[in-house]
Amino acid sequence: MIGAQVRDRYLSDFKRVEATLPGRAVSWMQNTRRQAFEKFAASGFPTTRDEDWKYTSVAFLGEQEFVPSVAKVCEITQAQISTWAFAGSANHLLVFVDGYYAPGLSKIGAIEKQVLLTSTADLLVKQPELLAPLLQRNIDSAFAALNTAFMTDGMCLYLPAGSIVEDAIHVLYIATSPSKIYHHRNIIVAEDNTQATVIEHYVGINDAVYFNNAITSVDVGNNATIEHYKLQQEGVNAFHIANISAIQNRDSRFNSHSLAFGSRLARNDISTRFQDSGGECEMNGLYVVGGCQHIDHHTCIDHAKPRCTSREYYRGVLSGASRAVFNGKVIVQQDAQKTDAQQANHNLLLSKDAEIDTKPELQIYADDVKCAHGATIGQLDDDMMFYLRSRGISNDMAHGLLTYAFAHDIVDRIKFEPLRLRIEQILMAQLPQGEKIKELL
Amino acid sequence: MLSIKNLHASIEGKEILRGLSLEVKAGEVHAIMGPNGSGKSTLAQVLAGRESYEITGGEVNYRGHNLLEMAPEERAREGVFLAFQYPVEIPGVNNVYLLKAALNAIRKHKGQVELDAMEFLTLIKEKIKVVKMNEDLLYRAVNQGFSGGEKKRNEILQMAVLEPALAILDETDSGLDIDALQIVAGGVNSLRSKERAIIVVTHYQRLLDYIVPDFVHVLSKGRIVKSGGPELALELEQKGYGWVETETRKPAEALAK
Ligand SMILES: Nc1ncnc2c1ncn2[C@@H]1O[C@H](COP(=O)(O)OP(=O)(O)OP(=O)(O)O)[C@@H](O)[C@H]1O
Ligand SMILES: [Mg+2]
Repeated sequence: MIGAQVRDRYLSDFKRVEATLPGRAVSWMQNTRRQAFEKFAASGFPTTRDEDWKYTSVAFLGEQEFVPSVAKVCEITQAQISTWAFAGSANHLLVFVDGYYAPGLSKIGAIEKQVLLTSTADLLVKQPELLAPLLQRNIDSAFAALNTAFMTDGMCLYLPAGSIVEDAIHVLYIATSPSKIYHHRNIIVAEDNTQATVIEHYVGINDAVYFNNAITSVDVGNNATIEHYKLQQEGVNAFHIANISAIQNRDSRFNSHSLAFGSRLARNDISTRFQDSGGECEMNGLYVVGGCQHIDHHTCIDHAKPRCTSREYYRGVLSGASRAVFNGKVIVQQDAQKTDAQQANHNLLLSKDAEIDTKPELQIYADDVKCAHGATIGQLDDDMMFYLRSRGISNDMAHGLLTYAFAHDIVDRIKFEPLRLRIEQILMAQLPQGEKIKELL
Repeated sequence: MLSIKNLHASIEGKEILRGLSLEVKAGEVHAIMGPNGSGKSTLAQVLAGRESYEITGGEVNYRGHNLLEMAPEERAREGVFLAFQYPVEIPGVNNVYLLKAALNAIRKHKGQVELDAMEFLTLIKEKIKVVKMNEDLLYRAVNQGFSGGEKKRNEILQMAVLEPALAILDETDSGLDIDALQIVAGGVNSLRSKERAIIVVTHYQRLLDYIVPDFVHVLSKGRIVKSGGPELALELEQKGYGWVETETRKPAEALAK
């Protein structure tokens, strides 16, 4: 359901900006946007009555008036960029400021000639036909429909068969303005036998209230490997809704890491579908929330074909009056014999007011499968705390140390070392006695 | 060094220590024996500062401080060391770095300069020989995946490095093979000095063959019911705890009559 007022507001926004959006000269794109808008107008935003949104309310969308971000002069400096960049290690950096590509701040290093690494908007001008099938799919949810109607830009990576991008691709999305909605659309197409690492990195530079609505689609070809990281460091008052959906072909590997620290409210839908056999997927996640933050992860791994392996490791650290949601769906279709799926979600509650809703959701229709799942919610272990303190370690430090050790299980799974070090820094900065802890690990 | 007077401690409303008194002077080694569940570990943990026990009465003085008012880490820095009956595994926390931090916390507290990585390594290499512990264990997470005996050796290594003024060993001999037992005893004996006191909690005379205590106490139902010299341990070995318990009940029964 959607209130008439809200719908009218979005409709007038749509009419106003439509002619400025990328792909305006491409008729299928124009149609796609219009259809998507219709879809959104018909469904409206989900409510907590929708099973999938039971614990995460997006009522703010009815209350706050966000307006589409329009291209303007970029005020971000190179010096600011360098605080987020992985200097010397991620040689490809694409920067988007307030939803638009900033070529002046971006730098694409040496790359195999046939590989396409560019902005989605740019590609919509130069080779729109490449994007047609990709932008027309997955527009069923309200947020995906809204994104499709309004999307301004995003990263586009096209890997023709056999190509490899050695260096990590770092994509920075910087939000600077209050009351804006940003609709990022990222597309990764990895044909057979390709390989790449992509880091989606969302940052807010102030305490502005804004809404980031991002979509990433990933096609992983036969025997291709995509390592996908998402580092979310939105501003403290930001709303962040992101959807990452992958499709995996034969013997492909897709590893997703969701590292969530920022925002007032965030929702991540991360999914993959094995549409051929022999695929592997690892989904890792770490959410560290405090104050009155709310972070929701809904993951879905669809074992549609036999002999695929999935591993899912999510951990959360909650303090203050924060709230987190983890819902891990694993579907094993009738056809998917010899599936091997494991899922674990562990949560550390550091305060009485913090709250976690964790739920595995296994739907198994095949019989010859190995599936395991486990979820825990706990406090810092008394015995460990006492042991450390009995060795002269202060209460604060023992606290920080055990929290860090808990989170580090996920950090350890980050293969791109500069990012692993960055996450360690972020964690240290949030923990009591952070710097000293380092010496004990 | 340590003076415990009429100590009462309970957990979850259940009284475990019920008027325990004990005097330990510097230079002494005390052995505490007693049946399962009599409160030996409770006493050890209370002395080390475990907060889950509620102290409902009595006092504990340690080198002029009210021990019961000190946080566990303060006690450690003041020289109290507990070798745990069940050392806990701490994933993600490095064993040797913890030991370095522990030593430096104590040194800092004493106003001594902290050891740097090199100096510490030299020290640890020397101490690890004493406990004959596999060096690999240093670089693992604290106690994680250690065998029962390895955990106990690790406790002794910590004790050897930290050189506590008051060491409390809670059944460090349980689950050890005969060689390890001698190592533990060696560790304790090398620590013995005029300035230090050691309390060993044990069920077995065989440890006391190697560590000859100055005093042996029998703890029963939260109280020390009998104290004596090393010969008391031998007597217990022959007669069992039942003997002490009936002995100590006698006066009360006599009174009742
Ligand atoms: N957390 C707890 N909750 C309830 N009872 C407890 C708790 N901890 C200890 N106790 C009880 O306190 C009593 C004393 O336990 P303690 O561990 O001190 O015994 P012990 O003398 O060390 O025994 P053992 O020789 O088996 O090591 C036992 O009856 C035990 O069950
Ligand atoms: Mg015990």
